[in-house]
Amino acid sequence: MNGRDNTGGTSGSNKPGLTLHIPEPPFRPGDPVDYSYLEIPRPDAIARPDETAAARSMVDLAYGLIRVLDDDNRAVGSWNPHLDDTTLLRMLRTMALQRAFDDRLFRAQRQGKTSFYMKATGEEAVAIGATFALDREDMCFPSYRQQGILFARDYPIVQMINQIYSNRLDPLFGRQLPIMYSARAYGFFTLSGNLTTQYPQAAGWAMASASKGDSRIAATWCGEGSTSEGDFHNGLTFGAVYNAPCIFNVVNNQYAISSYSGFAGSERTTFAARAIGYGIPGLRVDGNDILAVYAATNWAANRARLNLGPTLLELFTYRAEAHSTSDDPSAYRSAQERQEWPLGDPITRLKRHCIDKGIWDIARQEAMDLEVAQEVQAAQKEAEQNGILGHGLHQPDQTMFQDVYEEMPWHLREQSEQAIRERALKWPE
Amino acid sequence: MSMIQALNSALDVMMARDDRVVVLGEDVGYFGGVFRVTAGLQTKFGKQRCFDTPITECGIIGAAIGMAAYGLRPVPEIQFADYIYPGLDQIISEAARIRYRSAADFICPLTIRVPFGGGIFGGQTHSQSPESLFTHVTGIKTVIPSNPHDAKGLLIAAMEDNDPVIFMEPKRCYNGPFDGYYDRPAKSWADHPDADVDEGYFRVPLGQARIVREGGDLTILAYGTMVHVAHKVIDEHGIDGELIDLRSLVPLDIATIEASVRKTGRCLIVHEATRTSGFGAELSALVQERCFYHLEAPIERVTGFDTPYPHSLEWSYFPGPIRIGEALDRLMRE
Repeated sequence: MNGRDNTGGTSGSNKPGLTLHIPEPPFRPGDPVDYSYLEIPRPDAIARPDETAAARSMVDLAYGLIRVLDDDNRAVGSWNPHLDDTTLLRMLRTMALQRAFDDRLFRAQRQGKTSFYMKATGEEAVAIGATFALDREDMCFPSYRQQGILFARDYPIVQMINQIYSNRLDPLFGRQLPIMYSARAYGFFTLSGNLTTQYPQAAGWAMASASKGDSRIAATWCGEGSTSEGDFHNGLTFGAVYNAPCIFNVVNNQYAISSYSGFAGSERTTFAARAIGYGIPGLRVDGNDILAVYAATNWAANRARLNLGPTLLELFTYRAEAHSTSDDPSAYRSAQERQEWPLGDPITRLKRHCIDKGIWDIARQEAMDLEVAQEVQAAQKEAEQNGILGHGLHQPDQTMFQDVYEEMPWHLREQSEQAIRERALKWPE
Repeated sequence: MSMIQALNSALDVMMARDDRVVVLGEDVGYFGGVFRVTAGLQTKFGKQRCFDTPITECGIIGAAIGMAAYGLRPVPEIQFADYIYPGLDQIISEAARIRYRSAADFICPLTIRVPFGGGIFGGQTHSQSPESLFTHVTGIKTVIPSNPHDAKGLLIAAMEDNDPVIFMEPKRCYNGPFDGYYDRPAKSWADHPDADVDEGYFRVPLGQARIVREGGDLTILAYGTMVHVAHKVIDEHGIDGELIDLRSLVPLDIATIEASVRKTGRCLIVHEATRTSGFGAELSALVQERCFYHLEAPIERVTGFDTPYPHSLEWSYFPGPIRIGEALDRLMRE
């Protein structure tokens, strides 16, 4: 004992006692929902600055909400990207395909065909809108809810399901959690479960592209909760310091598993405003408005291609479903939150816009929903021919030891031989 | 040339041969690094190829991973091994696994240079030997030279390797071999045979140990600074010891170790890092598993103590000639 009192407690002074603030979300299970505290500006309220404008001149954009689709389903205001009808309908179909995929694979997990799944329901516009605005050659460093990039770039969905099932045609040899895709040829960086590690990596990729005089840019995504991670700030520091052609996306879906966004600092400011300290543009965007997502991404991409550096986009959205198949949101949030989310559902909003424009109708929507559901069902059946998790139709054991290093060192060779020996004993032919 | 000059020469040769090689880190650009290993590279190859970074180790390593994913071959410097801990997540969860988790869709050819070890009055935060943190991580290689020739050849091999390599430089040997006698005048590399280093390109392959001194009485396994200390002690004790410089811990040259211990029947493992769960524990287990019936004495480990690296008492901490000599005597009595 050193005789010092390290037990804390009140000091001897007569100064008023301090209190510790613990954030508390506005609603809990059973509570009524009132979103009147959210400021939702009209779509034409925020003017689109020129891409070459100084970051300091657009600080307000970090506190506003860039929107294109108004309450009457019209595309209005200076951010309207004026997309052609074909593109609008392709976006609609891509979002519908993702939702059908998520629903079907979620059920597959419940049926025991895989260990884990994560839906992006309600957030489809975030990744799909961005991918439509990026070039096909740009490199994406996603987090785990941006499978929309793969749908938008026409990655084979059978292959996605093979990965989810960890079966014998899983391109990742059953090494990764389901949904942790990797697709270099599709500009999709290998997913990590550790949060925001992709942020400095994306900055580094963009730096490399710039240093080689390339024209490709990088984009990366993280959730609002993980903006608390050091790597989020490391990525922004590198992006800002080296003027890297990189788009930093924060998907503010209001929840980090069960913790609401207040635990990432949303009580004081927006996530887009994180950009201000770095001297880069920060744009807060209605993440359920795919035209706004497209427009903001296109703006940031143009800026990056003009060698004007990185942009931070906050996509303001709502995680309509659970965090993952291991999560039960009814245990921590009001059941009414989802229904009353004032920015609606991204698919519904684009659908209504297309119908009001006269390029779409309910009958065609229903036909398309059926068609994408059948497409997913057919892909699932095909994938199941290659096995499901734990079914035995998985990779040979030696694949476990491959790709740890380029060449297998002696200790892995020995362990590989052991695994093959054990397998023959456990499951004799 | 000195080890610093040899390392500089390796970087120079590779930057000239391969325009994908990029050097980055705190102070490495204009200033040429606090130990001068990167001196002159920015002037010669330009700021795009050799540049300073913000002070964030996980940012440096994370950005380097992204550069490697793009197709460059980055060589980040972490100023002291003691500062690498904030970068561990990027090393362990990312660099080490990218090839595996992507089924070689993406690879991570990264060489992280990091000075390590004590003996320079660097206190707790400039003296540590964290190599076993890296050897425990599968997917990365851990390489430690002990002299200028190997430093250059191994660094070139590391830069050409398609896997991430932690390249640990024993900074006590930067300017001369250190024999463990802290109170003697510092030696220079000038007259050392391993300091006669070719100016051009050559490789020392990873995963091949070097028998520094052949002998029949006992085997000493060492790396980095401890190679020189052990060498001196063997000579002083007049023991016919076989000294093996491991040069790379992962991949490990088990064949050379096994052959030597089977021949001598005795094994002493020497490292500067703290004892508990140090790399010596792994070496000891391997030797026991593979050479047990050839052993004539228990395997001994001589290591640093299990304390943080003390500033004023560093020569009491350091596993010097007395600690090694006592272990040698114990082993030879058996």
